[in-house]
Amino acid sequence: MAEQRRLIFQHIDEPGYSNDLACYLRHGGYEVLRKVVAKPPAEVVDEVKKSGLRGRGGAGFPCGVKWTLLDRKSGKPIYLVVNADESEPGTFKDRYIIHQDPHQKLEGIMITCFANNVKQAYVYIRGEFPEGARILEAAIAEARAANFVGPNILGTPYSCEIYVHRGAGAYICGEETGLIESLEGKRPYPRIKPPYFPAVLGLYQCPTIVNNVETLCHVKHIAAMGGEAYAKIGTPNNTGTRIFCVSGQVKKPGYYEFEVGKLTLGQLLNEVCGGPLPGRTFKAVIPGGSSAKVLKFGERYKGKRKVGAEMVDFDWALEDVPLDFDSLALAGSMGGSGGVIVMDDSVSMVEALGNINAFYGHESCGQCTPCREGSAWMQRVTARMVHGQARKEDGALLKNIADQIAGRTICAFGEACAWPTQSFVAKFGAEFEAYAAKPAKSPAAIELV
Amino acid sequence: MIQPASPDLITVNVDGREIAVPKGTNVIEAARLAGVDVPHFCYHPKLTVVGNCRMCLVETGMPAVDPATKTPILDPATGKQKVNWGPRPAIGCATNAAPGLHVRTTTQMVKDCRQGVMEFLLINHPLDCPICDQAGECMLQEQATGYGRGYSRYIEPKNVKPKRTRLGPRVTLDDERCILCSRCIRFCNEVAKDDVLGFVDRGSYSTLTCYPGKQLENNYSLNTVDICPVGALTSTDFRFKMRVWFLKQTPSIDIESSVGANTLVWSREGVIHRITPRRNDQVNDTWMSDSGRLFYQRVRAPGRLAGIKIGDQSATLEAAIAAAGRLLQGGSVAVVGSGQSSVEEQYLTRQLADCTAAPAYLVGRSGVGDKLLISADRNPNVRGAVVTGLIKALPTAKLEELAIAIDAGQVKTIVSVGEDLIAAGLTPAQLAKVAVIYLGTQADWTSAAARVLLPSLTVFEKNGTFINQQFRLQKFSAAVPGPAGATDDLVLLAQLVAAAGGPSLASEPASLWTALAAEVPALSAISFRGIPETGLVLDGTPWAALAFAEGAGLHFRPAART
Repeated sequence: MAEQRRLIFQHIDEPGYSNDLACYLRHGGYEVLRKVVAKPPAEVVDEVKKSGLRGRGGAGFPCGVKWTLLDRKSGKPIYLVVNADESEPGTFKDRYIIHQDPHQKLEGIMITCFANNVKQAYVYIRGEFPEGARILEAAIAEARAANFVGPNILGTPYSCEIYVHRGAGAYICGEETGLIESLEGKRPYPRIKPPYFPAVLGLYQCPTIVNNVETLCHVKHIAAMGGEAYAKIGTPNNTGTRIFCVSGQVKKPGYYEFEVGKLTLGQLLNEVCGGPLPGRTFKAVIPGGSSAKVLKFGERYKGKRKVGAEMVDFDWALEDVPLDFDSLALAGSMGGSGGVIVMDDSVSMVEALGNINAFYGHESCGQCTPCREGSAWMQRVTARMVHGQARKEDGALLKNIADQIAGRTICAFGEACAWPTQSFVAKFGAEFEAYAAKPAKSPAAIELV
Repeated sequence: MIQPASPDLITVNVDGREIAVPKGTNVIEAARLAGVDVPHFCYHPKLTVVGNCRMCLVETGMPAVDPATKTPILDPATGKQKVNWGPRPAIGCATNAAPGLHVRTTTQMVKDCRQGVMEFLLINHPLDCPICDQAGECMLQEQATGYGRGYSRYIEPKNVKPKRTRLGPRVTLDDERCILCSRCIRFCNEVAKDDVLGFVDRGSYSTLTCYPGKQLENNYSLNTVDICPVGALTSTDFRFKMRVWFLKQTPSIDIESSVGANTLVWSREGVIHRITPRRNDQVNDTWMSDSGRLFYQRVRAPGRLAGIKIGDQSATLEAAIAAAGRLLQGGSVAVVGSGQSSVEEQYLTRQLADCTAAPAYLVGRSGVGDKLLISADRNPNVRGAVVTGLIKALPTAKLEELAIAIDAGQVKTIVSVGEDLIAAGLTPAQLAKVAVIYLGTQADWTSAAARVLLPSLTVFEKNGTFINQQFRLQKFSAAVPGPAGATDDLVLLAQLVAAAGGPSLASEPASLWTALAAEVPALSAISFRGIPETGLVLDGTPWAALAFAEGAGLHFRPAART
């Protein structure tokens, strides 16, 4: 059975490990920061580039590249914004880091700030994490008192402040430019790119790095072990470890950290998570948060993929798909935020999609037309279907609405709300058609979010 | 590729047509220059770009270049350079023209995008065009003709939103019609500098409203109605009064101040129903004040003068002119001209003053400028009076010199062209000492005391020109006929000149301009017909020493005086 490799979650749920500074220091805390501030900042950037670290927020964009895109010649201050608005349904990794190991994250932040000459960092934490915000505030106060954060850290000329900002409860605040708008005190309407790339025109129109909580924790470990050593973990182009948040109908849902690509979807679900519930079989899995396209058990994925320098044929069953960014993309979905949502044969795909669509219809910010009207329309169609008024043509209609959204919106929410519908209807079309023949259910029978 | 004509121009290709456009032009404007219409709702040329309606999605591509050799890759079929088309459509409003940029607006993908956006915009739209004021000038209606499905696939309940919110004293909002383009919000922030509108709620339930405790009450609020692409923001004054397709549009000029905002007067069967701004990028962009839109009410105001009178008695025009002629030939005449008269009228006023050897006065009007489209000089045409030579010095608000001359018994007859002499500072006692020949449109103290009363026309009923603060000569046209009994000021003035023993002069602008061009150096070589819609800037340097009152405005910086 595949072994977990706990890098980020090393101390999560460890008996006796607490989230205060003293405990963190006992476990070698802030030693990496101490080592880093003695060296030129560019070295850390180089190590991160060498590490091949890809962002853990959802898009999997290479972190080192993101940092090099920063406009360092503008003369404006550079900001770090930590995206702790973990709101993708099915994802629950950042909250454990914040709750149980906040100093790991703060150390990662300080290393990143030092590397990029950032003087102010903002942690944008989801409004529904009041306890997390309280813990972070306390941790920052401790770290400041111990001179790890604040003016002239560790006796060096370098100063940096970290501020915690609580969101007000909107999924779109996890979109980096929406987050920046919200942080500036406005409605979180995502900005148009170009020209508003955060690396050039971010927070307060200054160059800004927006990184996920987990990504920043990885930076700490890269700084500790060196980029090349880190790159040996995982598989080429998919380096390091990854936290998978498994939810749904498996025997042992939870969070598991593995080397990226060293584990297949089948191993994760059947070995690590103990397989389906008694008497049930797996039906479908969403591998990267609810916006990722659904994968159907029994499907096969064929094609060519790059291994090293050459192209190699692959022919995978769903269970064979390695859990890394590139392989999941080859299978037609994405690694996303690592939220693995499992559905067994007891689940109606129409009702599951109804739930997802209710979420996206509720969370569309309303700025641009296709997403605003399309997500609400899909929500209403699926709600009508599960409430017993499904029509034969609804599946095709849903897919067509989704096609009219994806690729035509200001931000990636368009794809996030279209992909579930597109993939559910394409893969479970018969179920959608059969639903039209079903007798009406009482509306109270299905409670949608 | 055609080489651009100037270094500031770049060549782009729109639907196969190459065109040189200025740097910084976006795809919508570049396509416009190429004669291609890119439909849009939220984009407005005078506001920032937000890209939220997604109607202007087009396909874009760049010429293919071999990355290694940097040489163009040719398409073997055509022999021309290949174009790498982007996989996704791009919004025309936020995509700036780059050298070699190719744009396609007629492909199936673009058509699908437009149809998709139209369908989305219409699913929650009330589709109440039959009773909507915007019908006939609605961008949604227009694009629905081109890109609507013709039927609805939407069978779910539509959103319910507030139907008649009074956003302010002049603007009423129907939120169900709103397509959330945010033009009005941007206008208030960026042009009117009055941050008062915003959205509440989210997603499909987003609703436009005022901030708590605030109202949309600035003097530019009605511009939000003009730029609203749909029937959401309506003018409380115009709402439900008239179908716009019945209205005739006549170009005119705002007489509120020396800014001279360009306007359109909308009338039907001799009745004006509204005034809206007319685009002039050098004067008022696409804006005008709310207050300037109310002037049409003067046409049918309760006190409108319509009867020619000699003393208390009704008279014919011939008799009245003859009576005035006797007064004028009696000597000791003074002429009070107006900064609200046209250039042509001021020219004739000067002729009248010249032939009666009368001193000419002008009544100044000043107020506080709003740094936008209302200047401190509230006369639309003081510069006309200066250019035509009617006055040499700038006017004051009160006619002090005239008052002294009356008291000294030097004045027996006053000709006033539309100025109420009491309001201009004379006392009733002074007025009683003289005979007044009054050309006016409104009953006032002077009309009541006039020896000869000659009702004339408002700016909406005659043709002419004004010279604004930029020394820009701008034309206005008659939108509606004047009331029976009122005569064009030019006719009245020309006849008065003749009756006073002066020369026989033309009484309509086109002919008068022959004389004006010959006589006034600053106006030489100008013909009335030749004045373009957006005006003609004159050389103002001969009058650079005059201390004009205006401060900076939207497109105006006062010249520094030494």
